[in-house]
Amino acid sequence: MSEILVLVDHDPAAGVVRKTTNELLTIARRLGEPSAVFLGSPSEEASAALRTYGAEKVYVVEDAEVNQYLVAPKAEVLAQLVEKTRPGAVLVSSNAEGKEIAARLAVKTESGLITDAVDVQAGDDGAPVTTQSVFAGNYTVTAKVTKGTPVITVKPNAATPEQVEGAAATEKVEVTISESAKTAKIIASEPRKATGRPELTEAAIVVSGGRGTGGNFEPVEAFADALGAAVGASRAAVDSGWYPHSFQVGQTGKTVSPQLYVAAGISGAIQHRAGMQTSKTIVAINKDEEAPLFELVDFGVVGDLHSVLPAATEEVTKRKG
Amino acid sequence: MNIVVCVKYVPDATADRHFEEDNTVDRVGVDGLLSELDEYAVEQALQLKEKLGDADETVVTVLTVGPERATDAIRKALQMGADKGVHVVDEAIAGSDALGTSLVLAKAIEKVGAEDPWDLVVCGMASTDGSMGVVPAMLAERLGVPQVTNATVIEMQGKEVRIRRDGDTATEVIGGTAPLVLSVTDQSGEARYPSFKGIMAAKKKPVETWSLADLGVDPAQVGLSAAWTAVESTQARPPRTQGEIVTDEDGSGAKALADFLASKKFI
Repeated sequence: MSEILVLVDHDPAAGVVRKTTNELLTIARRLGEPSAVFLGSPSEEASAALRTYGAEKVYVVEDAEVNQYLVAPKAEVLAQLVEKTRPGAVLVSSNAEGKEIAARLAVKTESGLITDAVDVQAGDDGAPVTTQSVFAGNYTVTAKVTKGTPVITVKPNAATPEQVEGAAATEKVEVTISESAKTAKIIASEPRKATGRPELTEAAIVVSGGRGTGGNFEPVEAFADALGAAVGASRAAVDSGWYPHSFQVGQTGKTVSPQLYVAAGISGAIQHRAGMQTSKTIVAINKDEEAPLFELVDFGVVGDLHSVLPAATEEVTKRKG
Repeated sequence: MNIVVCVKYVPDATADRHFEEDNTVDRVGVDGLLSELDEYAVEQALQLKEKLGDADETVVTVLTVGPERATDAIRKALQMGADKGVHVVDEAIAGSDALGTSLVLAKAIEKVGAEDPWDLVVCGMASTDGSMGVVPAMLAERLGVPQVTNATVIEMQGKEVRIRRDGDTATEVIGGTAPLVLSVTDQSGEARYPSFKGIMAAKKKPVETWSLADLGVDPAQVGLSAAWTAVESTQARPPRTQGEIVTDEDGSGAKALADFLASKKFI
């Protein structure tokens, strides 16, 4: 059975592996033997997580330069590992950086690239078959790579992480990074302040606010906290400067697919729908009964979010006891 | 300075977009336009030119790869203020995946810079149809240059480019030396509307049309048959059926909402 390389998405400051990596390892096991690729020095906690979710091998690349120079060196490291291990596929998290690494890797290794997979399964011949959600979630597309080593970026929540003890045999890898890969670098980085809420793209419940908030996100945040949810915002709210862009849900922001999506004061332009249409259950609260988002909802309240949300927050808190 | 802006002609996102029988995107039966996200790239290129204040020495070339009608996208960018257009059109390109498209773009960029070397390639953050967002990185790889992507603020001094971006986990300042590939987000600043003067001036601006042969690209390297990925099936998502809608009266909405959430076991 061939190896499946998984690029580990980790938070170097906290020393933890992000949940998406556990999902990638679970998918990798369907396709072959999961091998994790760790850029940096894994903490004990990180190593334990990789073992718990089934990594048979862990390639560790300790070269400090790898994390300093954006994506080009990371793509070079993966290309060298692809050359060395001839894997059945390479799986990368579908975030901005992951997609760029995958793009460069695909060109380097002359391999087909599929991005934003919401599911990956082994096909009849064992090769990966991906499912993607396209055109604002209006179409589902299945595809496969027909040349080279399949390079696939996978969206959060594409699989339920399964705990399967792996050998997690560590192998240190020496790589050479070209000078040309070092020409763009991070000059300053200011980590985003922790909100104490779940990460938007990984959350089981998302509560978003839009134009209807009038700039007051307090009711949205309070309702989100009552439900243990992440907070999102529409482009109108972000463009008005009411909420940071990193919380924008929609075509030019984050795509979310939670179990429950609550839209408060959001009319539902196609660009917003593109970012949330595949949510399992959709609820909307809007003063305007003509808001297009009501067409998609499982449950809707025609009313002012400034009165409905605080009352609902109280109701939810009471029932949760 | 020689700036090349890559733009894409895409099916209108608000129209009924669909697939052809061969699982390629229908680019003929649906009205198309310059991808909204590429308008920001044109805008930032024009702003860089304006900041440099050397109107005659900085040339903004807008480049597209696409069917005949894709000239509409070039025309719009010229109306906004770009100086000239290059349209790569060739039947063999139809159905290309991002890898094929990036190959054609890279060859065209090299040709644009053949006499006067290019300094910056500016792209939007993603197309509004395929939305992969990988072409800027592929171009950087093919052209052998760094990429600074998803910029919200761009500064350039000499050959040094600095951008600010809202990354996945941090706000970052990224630096690089031209030549490089730059991509910008919709947070970089609203794109201008073409003025009447701009619309009139655009009519006289040169647009060159190149084929694959002009670029020295073998047609066998691009198009649907050469794509390194294959779509197996496309299926329209069943439309969502509207659920219950209640009207809030004196707090009844909140209670009904809580009942619904409880019935679905969210609380």
